[in-house]
Amino acid sequence: MKQINTDIAIVGAGSAGLCAAIQAANTGAKVMVFDENHKAGGQLFKQIHKFFGSREHRAGTRGFLIGEQLLQEVENCGAEVHLNSVAYGIFDGNTLGIVEGEPHHETHYAVKAKKIILAGGAKENYMAFPGSTLPGVMGAGAAQTMINVNRVLPGEKIIMVGSGNVGLIVSYQLMQAGADVLAIVEGAPKIGGYGVHAGKIRRAGVPILVSHTILKAYGENEVEGAIIAQLDDHWNPIPGSEQDVKCDTICLAVGLNPMTELAYMAGCQMAFIPALGGHVPMHDEHMETTVPGVYVAGDITGVEEASTAMEEGNLAGLSAACALGYIDEAAAKEKEAAFLNRMAMLRSGEFGERRRTAKAEQVAAFHNYQKGIGVKDGE
Amino acid sequence: MDNKDEIICRCQEVTRGEIEAAIEDGATTVEGVKKRTRAGMGLCQGKTCQRLVMKIIAEKTGQKPADIVPPTFRPPVRPVRIGVMEEDADE
Repeated sequence: MKQINTDIAIVGAGSAGLCAAIQAANTGAKVMVFDENHKAGGQLFKQIHKFFGSREHRAGTRGFLIGEQLLQEVENCGAEVHLNSVAYGIFDGNTLGIVEGEPHHETHYAVKAKKIILAGGAKENYMAFPGSTLPGVMGAGAAQTMINVNRVLPGEKIIMVGSGNVGLIVSYQLMQAGADVLAIVEGAPKIGGYGVHAGKIRRAGVPILVSHTILKAYGENEVEGAIIAQLDDHWNPIPGSEQDVKCDTICLAVGLNPMTELAYMAGCQMAFIPALGGHVPMHDEHMETTVPGVYVAGDITGVEEASTAMEEGNLAGLSAACALGYIDEAAAKEKEAAFLNRMAMLRSGEFGERRRTAKAEQVAAFHNYQKGIGVKDGE
Repeated sequence: MDNKDEIICRCQEVTRGEIEAAIEDGATTVEGVKKRTRAGMGLCQGKTCQRLVMKIIAEKTGQKPADIVPPTFRPPVRPVRIGVMEEDADE
């Protein structure tokens, strides 16, 4: 099997991976990026809404335009981006197994890297209820890909389960694409996402039913309707509150969880932090895991947003390049301070506070592990 | 409501009832449930069902979610055509 040597190998060409590639390659390091999709940019190309934050975070710019900018910067920085390339395993902490190419025309090779950055993102949580495997039940992220990337409307009468930002934004975009969103169903007693997104939904006349859940989906060959019900204070359905809603699509926006398979395979130690999506790799202030030379960035290290993923990617790419001597420490420190400062801003405020605390806990877990102190269990 | 027939692992068509039976049979880990039922052994390698299996184990055994860890990950973590590996073995 062919083996390629490189300075830095990055798994995932989304927000985090591309930023890591740009930072590292701009210092002169040899950088290779691998992504299983046929286009780089990860989730950015489905995000037709404007981003939040300040100007440094490219706030006010729509997600897909940020994706275009990143692709341009990657092209100019000299990093090699390999698409249709699956990183199927990690061996000895420094070698990736790659299968690249369309089915039946693949090549198989190993990439031995001095530093590896895992930036593979997250996947959608799934919810099981009677009828949940009927065609028409799908992740909200899948529906968003269908409408915004593939230009296919998944259905006409939609129930959204979950009122976090994903549920709210995708509901609005489904309406823009021509579907009717009949209701957003939320188990918690309050709306999960930003008020600005919820406000747009409410002004469009869509009810957001808090303290409600979906009991079942029904239909012969596909979804024809759903039974929803109100929940009491202990999250139990209240008898008699059931409503039968005729719909053809049920979107699940019930959270995401980090795709940690490669980190586990590399031997990275994990911390259990529910606010970040469950078990996440411990890392230090420079995004390096407990396996020396293996870094993480973006949703794999805790589900947040594209803007924080980009800053974590910047940090990981710069740190890896600095560890290899491509940039002197003083210059790296100055850049790093700017990334950290922007990241702190993104994690401030009412919504950011929980993530800021959780990320601090994750870094503390890393240092405790290094000192041999038992990792604190999540509650 | 009786949810025993709910499909938890769709790749291998494993129901909630079968997973609960595996736990009653002594499984206390995701690995134990996987070996008894094949839940998580399909094309997606547990990307869809693993969290649900963890939740069912936590509920049924009273373990803390923090203590329920994923099973061992082995290559390939993504579906790849087996012929690709074969071709290399022939070299």
